[in-house]
Amino acid sequence: MIGLAHYLTVAAILFVIGVLGIFLNRRNVILMLMAIELLLLSVNINLVAFSAFLGDMKGQIFAMFVLTVAAAEAAIGLAILVIFFRRRGTIAVDAADAMRG
Amino acid sequence: MIALLAFYLFATVTIASAVLVIFARNPVHSVLWLILAFFNAAGLMLLVGAEFIAMLLVIVYVGAVAVLFLFVVMMLDIDFSQLRSGFNRNLPFGLLIALVLLAEIIIALGARGSTALAANAAPVARPVPNIEALGAELYSRYLLPFELAGLILLVAMIGAIVLTHRSRGDSRGQNASRQIGRRPQDAVRNIDQPVGEGIQL
Repeated sequence: MIGLAHYLTVAAILFVIGVLGIFLNRRNVILMLMAIELLLLSVNINLVAFSAFLGDMKGQIFAMFVLTVAAAEAAIGLAILVIFFRRRGTIAVDAADAMRG
Repeated sequence: MIALLAFYLFATVTIASAVLVIFARNPVHSVLWLILAFFNAAGLMLLVGAEFIAMLLVIVYVGAVAVLFLFVVMMLDIDFSQLRSGFNRNLPFGLLIALVLLAEIIIALGARGSTALAANAAPVARPVPNIEALGAELYSRYLLPFELAGLILLVAMIGAIVLTHRSRGDSRGQNASRQIGRRPQDAVRNIDQPVGEGIQL
């Protein structure tokens, strides 16, 4: 039978894939944002699994809040990406050196 | 039995499409794999009885976020092959980090141990429907966080509009104050037009 451990394993693998995506596509901001979405998805799977196996609704409520923040973050991130592309003509992360950081 | 098969199907497809998201050469394909991953994650959540979150995942992620990604990927003229230049150089280091992280998560799960929670083999059945239970919590105890979440979405919406809006010089926009300040005596002229002559403008 499917236990909590199965869900935690799937979420752990998904989280690791998301971290790997951030490290591999270090120049492509769009793919980095997609990898962040994968990370938040794995967090949501964890929250929902714990909520279901504990019989407590709080996990699902916080999964909803994570979803809200993820949507807001994607919208703002893509808006920043669009104005960055308008100024620089590229979305490579190394091009963002105007502040000489 | 069917639930077990469905779990393994959803889990396998979710992980496979997540791998393809980060390894696909074409970013449009990445977005499409991301959509597949979200659909299968919604299936995983359906299996434990979280129907509302599953539907929310499909509506919000696939309907809004993934379409937003698709818009940006397709509308910007980006040379993606040039952006992949560091990919193979970062691969060993990235894999190392990923393996270390996975090992840490497994050790943490093992240290937590198979307590009463892990022995809880099946999702706890609830007497009321999922959405009813969620709404009862959300509109009573979590009302303030719920409203704040709405506020976050409002701020994100205004921020995205303000960031990407640009006033173009070649467009002839509406000047509302000039339009309202225009009086009839400035705009209309009565003349006695003689017959057979041109009009002086």
